[in-house]
Amino acid sequence: MPPPTDAAERAYIDRSCRAPVLFFFGSALFWLLVGTFFALVTSIKLHDPEFMTRAPLPDVAKFQAGGSLNANPISMQDVGFLTFGRFRASHLNAVAYGWASSAAIGVGVWLMARLCRVPLRRPALVTTAGVLWNIGIAVGIAGILAGQSTSVEWLEFPPYAALIIGIAYAMIAVWAVDMFASRQCDHVYVTLWYVLAAFFWFPWLYATANILILLKPVQGSVQAIVNWWFGHNVLGLWFTPIGIGAAYYMIPKVIGRPIHSYYLSAIGFWSLALFYSWNGGHHLIGGPLPAWVITASIVASVMMVIPVVVTAVNHHMTMRGHFGMLRYSPTLRFIVFGAMSYTLVSLQGSSMAIRSLNKISHFTHYTIGHAHFGLYAFFTMVMFGCMYYIVPRLCGCEWRSAYLIRLHFWAAAYGIFFMIIALTVGGLVQGLMLADPAKDFVGEIVPMTRPYLVGRSLSGVLLSIGHVVFAYHFILMVLQLGRREGGPVYFNPVEAEVRP
Amino acid sequence: MNRMRNLFIGFFATFICSWLGLVLAPHIQFGGLKEYLNEDDNQYLPPARTGLAERGSQVYAANGCIYCHTQQVRPAHQGYDLARGWGARRTVARDYIHDRPHFLGTMRTGPDLTNIGHRQNSVAWHHKHLFAPATVSKGSIMPPFRYLYRKQRIVGAPSPDALQIEGPDAPEPGFEIVPTEDAKALVAYLVSLNRMYPLPEAPVDQ
Ligand code: HEC
Repeated sequence: MPPPTDAAERAYIDRSCRAPVLFFFGSALFWLLVGTFFALVTSIKLHDPEFMTRAPLPDVAKFQAGGSLNANPISMQDVGFLTFGRFRASHLNAVAYGWASSAAIGVGVWLMARLCRVPLRRPALVTTAGVLWNIGIAVGIAGILAGQSTSVEWLEFPPYAALIIGIAYAMIAVWAVDMFASRQCDHVYVTLWYVLAAFFWFPWLYATANILILLKPVQGSVQAIVNWWFGHNVLGLWFTPIGIGAAYYMIPKVIGRPIHSYYLSAIGFWSLALFYSWNGGHHLIGGPLPAWVITASIVASVMMVIPVVVTAVNHHMTMRGHFGMLRYSPTLRFIVFGAMSYTLVSLQGSSMAIRSLNKISHFTHYTIGHAHFGLYAFFTMVMFGCMYYIVPRLCGCEWRSAYLIRLHFWAAAYGIFFMIIALTVGGLVQGLMLADPAKDFVGEIVPMTRPYLVGRSLSGVLLSIGHVVFAYHFILMVLQLGRREGGPVYFNPVEAEVRP
Repeated sequence: MNRMRNLFIGFFATFICSWLGLVLAPHIQFGGLKEYLNEDDNQYLPPARTGLAERGSQVYAANGCIYCHTQQVRPAHQGYDLARGWGARRTVARDYIHDRPHFLGTMRTGPDLTNIGHRQNSVAWHHKHLFAPATVSKGSIMPPFRYLYRKQRIVGAPSPDALQIEGPDAPEPGFEIVPTEDAKALVAYLVSLNRMYPLPEAPVDQ
């Protein structure tokens, strides 16, 4: 159980977080919408390559040939910034750094204040970091669209943008240490380990990767392993600890009973720290690296079963007897959806590191499905759940409409479910066909994947609906248009005995 | 305060393990590879890239070719790459010592390009394909890179490097489509991609 605090103290601490945390949430949702737009267009381009390739511009050739602008008005011209490759990179960076990381920082900052039991210290530092962070992302995406992507997956931002982001992040890390040092409680709840560790690991990761790949590049194959050490640890040592830490806080909070086992949470945490950090090499199975690097990563990937199962058991035992509350609490429903996805996607990930399966799944849409399973069905859903809990406490009013929350939940849940199915099945078929050299690449394999890619675009429409609904609801809250009577919003009327 | 110190030592210790193992150790072990001098024909392998091809690799990076194309050939026991004719041998660390950044890639929406210069060394083919992939490869979902080409008025004789295109993509009469410097560099890079040579650690008759 998180440390006991009384309601007045909690309200006081929450109020102190208001401006910085709402700023991070607001910018997170802004980038979520931007990233969703890039995602949809990218997805459509993949099955329909002529989609959105041109922008209205003057016809330069005719103009130079002596025509006047009047005689040759604006017409549709091919432009580079709309190409698939640049949109794909913009999507990833907008959702990974703009959405997921901003949400993670917002949630992490709030959790730290609550768990250290001190009002937020140095709010100006946090807000300044937030402003810099947003500038870094905007500059980075503009750079990618302008053709300055580094083309290193997860690190596409040009170095000047990465520098801004790195500074912003370092400010958050300094803030976190300061906050922790001034905490007012002896007990360090498990959530705090996760959040603190994540705030500590990420700047190190980000700096190492940017230096060794972009600023002072090491040789090609070493770059590749540094690339995936970083890429996988963004998930493993940044998003995952924040997501899991948040679930460790929210589940007991909402259902009102302590976490099942302190001992299990310790095993879960330290085994995650030890094994997850070694996973990166499984992105390079069969690649041009010595076998030991790959094998070490495969072993670590399989060992991930330990923290995953331990955490799943701990969460499940905590929830036991309270699953009925999923009918009522929006926060709980999003978070339990996320926590269950975490278990499934991690076990899937361990299996994908096994050589015989990797042979087929590597280089196919199966991997893309896995990535969305992790980043959306797990992490994003947990972040949504946290926001449903935190925002009313910062804004001083309740969510306006259970209907809108329900719409958000089902659009997200069905959308991500269909997306995972389309990419997983499509990817498996793709992998199996690739494995048969008699199958012609352009004649057979490419046309086979197309229907699945169309399916993915459709599922993306569902997700977009959820995002727009949530952003709208959030804006109402920030504008203080939420409800002020009647207590928290539940999906269904709550019978007296289950009201937490 | 002790509690805090212990926690941070734990965070640090777990993380530095992976940093030593996946960053430092690989760098020490194979981060300083040199070209191999083939005594038979006195050629350095992998061959150094020309300036134009090097610039082409930047165009490759800027336009996100890696999201659909890999540049790595796995050994026969770890995949179908050799069976599909994408190479004569698996690729090894030494093949990539000139790459900045690396283009190993993670996705095969399109074929592997490790040896595309060996499979397809016609500059004209590459230009036509980049300009309008589906006209050369029916059913292709590769995006068109028409913006790397320029339409210009034909002054006197048509340019020697003008693209031969018919159909809806063809320019108006009196105009021609020519590659920009970026397109020329990109194609120079593509035709330079050829890792068919044997290396001591990766002989071809494997
Ligand atoms: C959306 C995915 C996608 C992107 C991005 C993409 N390609 Fe392709 N590429 C394909 C597909 C699919 C094929 C197979 C069909 C064809 O030949 O057009 C292909 C084929 C090729 C081939 C012919 C390969 C062979 O074995 O015949 C070359 C060369 C090529 N692409 C180069 C590039 C370059 C250079 C870029 C970046 C400027 C690029 N591609 C970007 C999907 C893509």
